[in-house]
Amino acid sequence: MIDTSVVLSGLRLDNPVIPASGTFGYGQEFRDFYDLDILGSFSFKGTTREPRFGNPTPRIAECREGMINAVGLQNPGIEHVIAEELPRLREFFHKPVIANISGFSVEEYAYCCERIDRQEQVGLIEVNVSCPNVRHGGMSFGTSPEAAAEVTRAVKAVTTKPVYIKLSPNVTDIVAIARACEEAGADGLCLVNTLLGMRIDVARRKPVIANTMGGFSGPAIFPVAVRMVYQVARACRVPVIGCGGVQSARDVIEMMMAGATAVEVGAANLVNPYACKEIVEALPAEMERLGIEKLEDIIGIVE
Amino acid sequence: MYKQGIYTVLENAPLTASVRRMRLGGDTQWIVRPGQFVNIALAGKFLRRPISVCDYDAESITLIYKVVGEGTAQLAGMLPGERLDLLTGLGNGFSTDNDARRPLLVGGGVGVPPLYNLAKTLLAKGLPVQVVLGFNTAAEVFYAEEFRALGCGVTVATADGTCGVKGFVTHALPDLDFDYFYACGPLPMLRALAAATVCDGQLSFEERMGCGFGACMGCSCKTLTGHKRICKEGPVMNKGEILW
Repeated sequence: MIDTSVVLSGLRLDNPVIPASGTFGYGQEFRDFYDLDILGSFSFKGTTREPRFGNPTPRIAECREGMINAVGLQNPGIEHVIAEELPRLREFFHKPVIANISGFSVEEYAYCCERIDRQEQVGLIEVNVSCPNVRHGGMSFGTSPEAAAEVTRAVKAVTTKPVYIKLSPNVTDIVAIARACEEAGADGLCLVNTLLGMRIDVARRKPVIANTMGGFSGPAIFPVAVRMVYQVARACRVPVIGCGGVQSARDVIEMMMAGATAVEVGAANLVNPYACKEIVEALPAEMERLGIEKLEDIIGIVE
Repeated sequence: MYKQGIYTVLENAPLTASVRRMRLGGDTQWIVRPGQFVNIALAGKFLRRPISVCDYDAESITLIYKVVGEGTAQLAGMLPGERLDLLTGLGNGFSTDNDARRPLLVGGGVGVPPLYNLAKTLLAKGLPVQVVLGFNTAAEVFYAEEFRALGCGVTVATADGTCGVKGFVTHALPDLDFDYFYACGPLPMLRALAAATVCDGQLSFEERMGCGFGACMGCSCKTLTGHKRICKEGPVMNKGEILW
């Protein structure tokens, strides 16, 4: 009997497949495509205290085996999410959701996490200290161990649900930041967010993206993500959600062998809206092929 | 409602040196209004390519596209019988649910195609349809005859004067009698048109997109009625809500 279930800090998921924040909105855009209840969970769009428009356009650039985005945390604000998006989500998603929270100050992170922690539908809070597309916020909290620990402590002090810190790969030593978050009380870690990247329109001699740089994602970054998940999972005791370039059931298994307890799928959703459905459906057969009966058994199996 | 499907290339032929027409066979039930678009997956390219729907019937979609980069060049090389993965039914499209009696359709360059099915829709409502088509030069003109064949009054404007009215589409406006307009074309054209008209209208916008179905927030814009996604709440906006 094939068992695809995994546990994240007491939260049991039917399978480890989680659409990543920023590629799945608040679920609405995918409900026409398939029944979202087949997912392990999903991580909703990074939400801040105030509504945000984000960056000027163009915000998107094509890359070989991936894409760059510089959306800049566009979101309707935490109160709108609580009042409008979560009730709408309840109509078509009947599992605990992952709340992705971002901010521009420690106080804002704490405020938003405290508000979202009280929402029954939220099973886990993912604190995004790794958005590369905003100034004085996001990634600036995720590139120093002290700042990441400070956000973690502030959020943990006002929440009851598991708190996972989403880390940036744009650092010299991700293990140091992961350890700092763990020591500050994080229940888990999610990695990686996008890699800072840039494209130039050579005919116009200008950056493709209005904001010049943006976050690079897609299959091209998968080996980087696997490596960082491997390093962090070996160095920390808390569960890790692996994220970065995952496209297939085999990628999910590889990420789990590196040390991930669950796996987020991001850019793939944008080009193939059925990506997560196809991965969930392919997982049992792929496990069988590889002689895996219980998916949890392979977490961090690589020495 | 939007869906993914596999479509077969029926025809892929040049209209001008850089503009081509592709006809695709497959399920068209998700296309419900003129001005909607499809998003095409191409082998070896990560993001899909959004292309407006020129026309459709029960079993085929007509697209007109300009070869501007690697993706569209790849599209241009496709042969009848080859297959493409499309998302269809994307975008809001033009609404013809209004009291206009003398609609004017204004297209610039590859903004012309979505007006073709719109013209058919308006003619089917029994309305007289006038069309202004703007291009840079005579060699770039396409679809003037096709609009005439539908029964539209057609004015062509070229920037260099090699065909029709010399100048931009706005130079053709003084000679026309209209009480509403629908437009698609480059941003400067849309801006000039909105400034040159006193009546209301709808304008279709373009933006670099990630997903094309509202998930990534890559193509957002600000309007007087709030933040909108060009791919989802757009590409068509009412003149009165646009922040220029």
